[in-house]
Amino acid sequence: MTNNPHISIQNLNVTIGNQQILKDISINIPNKKVISIIGPSGCGKTTLLKSFNRLLDDTADVKVTGKVLVDNENIYDPNVEVTHIRKKMGLLSQRPYPLPMSIYDNVAYGPRIHGTRKKADLDEIVETQLKATGLWNEVKDRLHAPATRLSIGQQQRLCLARGLAVEPEIILGDESTSALDPVSTSIIEDLFIKLKEKYTIVLVTHILRQARRVSDYIIFVYMGRIIEFGPTEELLLNPREELTKDYVKGFIS
Amino acid sequence: MIRRKLEENFFRILMVLATLIVGGSFFLIVGTIVYKGAPFMNWDMITKIPGGGFYIGKEGGVLNAIIGSLYVAGGATILGLFISIPVAIYINMYLGGKNFIANGLRIAFDVLFGIPSIVYGAFGFLIMVYFGIRASLLGGIVAVTLLVIPILVRTLDEVIRTVPKELRDASLVLGATRWEMSKVIIRQIRPGVFTAILLSFGRAIGDVASVLFTAGFSDNIPTSLHQPAATLPLAIFFQLGSPVEEVQGRAYASALILTVVVLIITVLSSALAKRFSKNNIR
Repeated sequence: MTNNPHISIQNLNVTIGNQQILKDISINIPNKKVISIIGPSGCGKTTLLKSFNRLLDDTADVKVTGKVLVDNENIYDPNVEVTHIRKKMGLLSQRPYPLPMSIYDNVAYGPRIHGTRKKADLDEIVETQLKATGLWNEVKDRLHAPATRLSIGQQQRLCLARGLAVEPEIILGDESTSALDPVSTSIIEDLFIKLKEKYTIVLVTHILRQARRVSDYIIFVYMGRIIEFGPTEELLLNPREELTKDYVKGFIS
Repeated sequence: MIRRKLEENFFRILMVLATLIVGGSFFLIVGTIVYKGAPFMNWDMITKIPGGGFYIGKEGGVLNAIIGSLYVAGGATILGLFISIPVAIYINMYLGGKNFIANGLRIAFDVLFGIPSIVYGAFGFLIMVYFGIRASLLGGIVAVTLLVIPILVRTLDEVIRTVPKELRDASLVLGATRWEMSKVIIRQIRPGVFTAILLSFGRAIGDVASVLFTAGFSDNIPTSLHQPAATLPLAIFFQLGSPVEEVQGRAYASALILTVVVLIITVLSSALAKRFSKNNIR
């Protein structure tokens, strides 16, 4: 499974202020699978996710050592263009944050900043991505309405469409369903399962049932370390480590 | 139980009283201006410049000061925005918003905010002397711009800080550069920009001290940046000092005009703010 890793992390350490958030993380994320990162609050799972697209750069007093290889390219190499790295990954945050513009412009925003100008091309991208996220039929008559008029579940799918529009290879989800109702949650989960044909998907979640439903592999993080990494069923039903066992059974949260 | 109830009532009455004092003062001020100024209000006041005997109570109006004030306050606010928006964006988006340079700049602007306007007037005057500019519309605009920049920067800074970090990330993760992200943030803060314009314009149009030496005073409407310009506050000041009752009355009429101008600007900018917030996330 790790013959052809999409993201390869080697000895990653992240320190914010004088607190070490991630300790010596090394892991290979397989290509075109859904991987869930689970662990108790404050264990560093979101930090781990954000280290994949250098979203930590903006955090005050942050220090990152080690390597994160995406397609065998170290994204922390000073010569790497950060916009190029980020374009490869879509991020779906905890709550949807549509850009302050119309539904259409939200999806077209990414392609526009990367140089797509022709209206016909943009129209096609918008339609394709809204269809991919199942929004097209719901919004096709009001593409130029403000994105904030959509329900929160629709907004989250719009944010996913917006991310897909820049043609990423990887989708990162940071507890992407935590603000959504159960119906919207299951729509998003189904989307993840569908999308793994084309994308590598890494999700942070604190819902074990969700990790079980959608992911092929699970990473269990505790106190800034990776405790265990394995196929979903194996890790949840037959954990090798005591800590994992305790967490899965609900002793630590 | 009784003690708690008494406490509750005591503080509620205090708050009601404080609110009444503020509201009452507002009505007293506006009432006085209307009461004293309305009898002297006429069409001439807002459509004519001072005639030959205006300052001894004969014909004419304060159109020169109305236009002069709009020029000075409008010019200063627009010029101020061109300087303040980049500063506010730079502090928050490039310096990261929380480091010591950003905080140092904030303190500096707070200090500038608190400096009395006469100091800006004196400073503007010095600059003018240095460059050999005489009291003129240009001088007034420069001095008032200095006065409003701290207001604009601090207001915009506060507005930008209310933008959720996730919204910045949302554009960054799509591969946006900092400047592209800043453009999204500017869209998001547009309603706040109108609030800043309102505050800045209100301060600019009402200030006397900064234009006292820099804008000069003229009975004519300036036709170029190098001509002196009258402003409403100065017009009020001069007329109020007159012993002629008619002229004093016109001072109140001028104050009424000034108040109405500010009112119009307030209504306009909040309407625009509302219009531009339709796309915004909360």
